[in-house]
Order: sequence, then C-alpha cells, then structure tokens
Amino acid sequence: MADFMDTGIGLALTIMGHGLLVIAFVMVSLLFLVYGDRKIWAAVQMRRGPNVVGVFGILQTVADALKYVVKEVVIPAGVDRPVFFIAPLIAFVMPLLCWAVIPFSDRLVMADINVAVLYILAISSLEVYGVIMGGWASNSKYAFLGSLRSAAQMISYEVSIGLIIIGVILSTGSLNFGDIVAAQDGRFGFLSWYWLPHFPMVFLFFISALAETNRPPFDLPEAESELVAGYQVEYGSTPFLLFMACEYIAIFLMCALISLLFFGGWLSPIPGLPDGAIWMVAKMAVFFFLFSMVKAIVPRYRYDQLMRLGWKVFLPMSLIWVVAVAFFAQFELFGGAYARWAVGG
Amino acid sequence: MTLGEFAFYAFSVVTVVSGLFVVLARNPVHSVLWLILAFLSSAGLFVLLGAEFVAMLMVIVYVGAVAVLFLFVVMMLDVDFTELKAKMAAYFPIAGLIGAVFLAQLVLVYGVWKSSDGAAALRGAPTPDPAEIHNTLAIGQLIYDDYIHLFQAAGLVLLVAMIGAIVLTLRHRPNVKRQNVLAQMYRDPAKAMELKDVKPGQGL
Repeated sequence: MADFMDTGIGLALTIMGHGLLVIAFVMVSLLFLVYGDRKIWAAVQMRRGPNVVGVFGILQTVADALKYVVKEVVIPAGVDRPVFFIAPLIAFVMPLLCWAVIPFSDRLVMADINVAVLYILAISSLEVYGVIMGGWASNSKYAFLGSLRSAAQMISYEVSIGLIIIGVILSTGSLNFGDIVAAQDGRFGFLSWYWLPHFPMVFLFFISALAETNRPPFDLPEAESELVAGYQVEYGSTPFLLFMACEYIAIFLMCALISLLFFGGWLSPIPGLPDGAIWMVAKMAVFFFLFSMVKAIVPRYRYDQLMRLGWKVFLPMSLIWVVAVAFFAQFELFGGAYARWAVGG
Repeated sequence: MTLGEFAFYAFSVVTVVSGLFVVLARNPVHSVLWLILAFLSSAGLFVLLGAEFVAMLMVIVYVGAVAVLFLFVVMMLDVDFTELKAKMAAYFPIAGLIGAVFLAQLVLVYGVWKSSDGAAALRGAPTPDPAEIHNTLAIGQLIYDDYIHLFQAAGLVLLVAMIGAIVLTLRHRPNVKRQNVLAQMYRDPAKAMELKDVKPGQGL
C-alpha cells in the first residue's frame, strides 16, 4: 500500500483526496456562512431572517442552492456563449484554488509551499477575469459597466493588500504561512501576534479585503440602484449560483488570511492552552462576523470616494509602512518586534 | 510516464496551442483570453523547473496586471477586425518576405554563434547551489545583496520612463469643473440646509 502511494497514480490520488477534503470543508462552511450572514443582517435590522426550512431555518441555504440548480438556464440573445459560461466557472474555481495553501494547523495543510503568500496574490489576481469575462460576454451595457467598475476596484485594492502583506513578510523573512504563524508564537499569547506591531495595517487590510471581495460598503459593481445587478445581471440559475458562491468563498478566504497574517493562525490566544485548528476556525468565524456586521451597518460608498480611498489614502499609507517596517526590522528596534526572521536575515 | 512528465507535456501542449489561437482567433477579446491561458501554462512550466518564485511573479505581473490592461483596451476598442483581416491577403506577400528575411538573419546569426569556454562557468558563478537555499532567497540575495546598484539603476530607468510618459500625456485644461474634496468634507451642515417643520395641511 505504501509503495502504491509513492507511484505517480498513487500520488495523484492522494492529492485529489486532499483537494476533495478541503473543498468539502469550504463548501459545508459556505452553507452556514450564507445562513449566518443573513441571520446577522436580519438581527441588525430587527427582522427574523431565514426561519422556515429546517430548525431555525438552518437549511435555508440548501433549499436556495437546490432552487438555483433546478431552474432553467436562460441564455440572452447575442451573448458570447463559451466566454459566458467559462466566466462563472473561473470565478468559482479561482477562490477555491487559493484554499490549497491555507494551513489550519502546523500539520493540517494541503500544499505547504515556500511561496504560499505569493500564490494567494497570484490566484486572487486571476479572480478579476471571471468578473470581466462575465460582464463582457453578457452583451449588456449594465453588465459591462459593472464589470469595468469591479475590475478597476479589485486591481486598485490588490495593490495595497500586496504592500500590507509585504510588511508582514519583511518581519518574518519568509513567504510560507507556517513560518509566518511560527514567527508570531511567543510567551505573551495574543500579545505576541502581528496585530500589535502591525496595528494600523490590520484596519487597512480589513477594509481592503472588503473592497477586494466587492462586499458592502464597496459593492459598487452590483450597486442595484445604478447598475441593476452589475456584471451578474444576465446570469440566472447555476451560473448565478457559482458567482454567488465565489463571493462567499473569497470572503471566507480573506477571513483566513487575516487570521494567519495578523492573528496568529492556529496559535492559542492564552499562553498555556494548546494550539490547534479549532483556534484557526474560531478566528475565521469571528472575522466573518465582522464582515457581516460591516455589511449591515455601513452605507455604500460612492465610486469616486472608493477610488480616492484606494489610491490616495491606502496606497501611500501602506507604502510608508513598508519602508518603516523595513527600517524597524533592519535595526531591530522596539525589542525586535519587527525582526522575527524565520530564515536568513 | 511519471506525474512530472505528464504535467510537462500537458502544460507545453496547452502553451503552444493557446499561442496558436492567439493569432488565429477571429475575435480580439478571445485572442487576449488565449494569451492569458498561454501565460498561465508557461507559469506552470516554471513551477516544473523548480522556479516557483518566477512562476508566481509571471502570474501576478503578466496575467494579473498586463493582460487585464490588454483586455480593457481591446474590449473598448471599436475596430472592425474582420475588415482589417480582409486585407490580409493583399499584404501577405510583403509580410511573408519580411518574415523570411528575418528568419534568414536569425539563422545566420545563430550559425556563427560561438560561446567562449569560460562563459558557462561565468554565468553559473553568482547562482547559489539550489540544494542549499530555495530560489526566493537566492533571487533576493542576488538582486538585493550582490547586484543592488544595478537593480537600483534599472529601477531609476523605469522611473524616468514613467515620468516621461506622464509628462507627454499630462495636459492642463483650465476650464474644467473640478471637485474640491476638502471643501466638500468641511462643509457645515447647518449652513448648507435648513430644516422646516411642515404642519399637516398647511404647507410652507
């Protein structure tokens, strides 16, 4: 058996098995995330939210998904058929691909690669293609305008997300998530994590993550008062479901990224308690709660305000921060809080 | 065939085929999409070579930034490409001639190419042993420690090019209404609007 697992076919089967496990985890949590999102939103607005299907309406998402799947696929006239159907597939697959490198504990990781952070940046820069292709192929002005907005927005905030992550990488000296989390391990529990030395960047990262995933208050691509529903206006049935699911997978991925980069991943917040994947999942859940609260509380931005925030506020701030962190790390200021190099130095 | 060989052939076939379709596709947007596929599969080839850092940069820079700009431009161009392509037959002889001359030149140059004996060793000298450190660290050491001045000079050249492009395209138009963000933000609500209590049935 062990010999078979070392052959090419065995290796491929092992990788596929791991992939299926990760996808199963993401899809199952997706069901509860959509439900949780709607419940939190409803609670803020003093409504009851989904409460009919299943106990407390917990199966509402399953019912919705089934409804989308059994509906007829309507293809508008004049669409570019291949691109029209490839777009939702790309939008759905790209965020799932990112999950391959997300570790849940020091041993629970599917692909422990050296350039994991770069991999995340690379794949999330591909997510924009689902949106652009969907908007263009729909042959509709609303969809096209929505996709242009969305692409510009995602590219703008990718820049500042990249710079913020560079700050963390500089402090660690490694692009591997395992090293980044290990560098946050310390005697003081949650006070040793990167959120304290990189404090202002946690906020910037959170807001950029909102903009990057087209979440409210930055959901301008689908601002329904201006653009009906943006790039997804011509989509229905399963393709629409894929776009919808992609949005939530990307948000959940951002929750995982914040937990790993700034909040110590699977490390326990209190010294003495054992570390483990449970902490990672708990942190992700807390950040998803924050994402939902922002959606419920903050009104939508105007498009020019969003662009100004991205290019004229976030970009200079994160750039200055990168220079500052490089300086702090090189001269090991502040008790070496910025110089926790895993390799080299 | 091992898994690595299979992956190599899969990536190379996809690269070549999508490269062909970049030229053959009738719709320019489809051409750009095929180009993106070619970039992605060549990034896969880099991974197989063990150069994962270059592969990721390839995806981030070419696919994530350059190709998006291409796609934007091509999508918004209102050019009838079928009309342009209809003239292809007329230009084919001269284009073929230029291509043939260029190919002949390449063959001639490559035919007389002689590599000095020490060249391979000289090229390999700054590269650290791949078994010792992984390639992200190696590239970092090369461009930020060993060749920092050359790297900075390259950056300066790019900066000058960027400033040049901005200077060439920047036009000051005096009669444009411009948004003053600070003035907007510091407006006093009390001065800007007045609240009136309208009694029912009376009006103002």
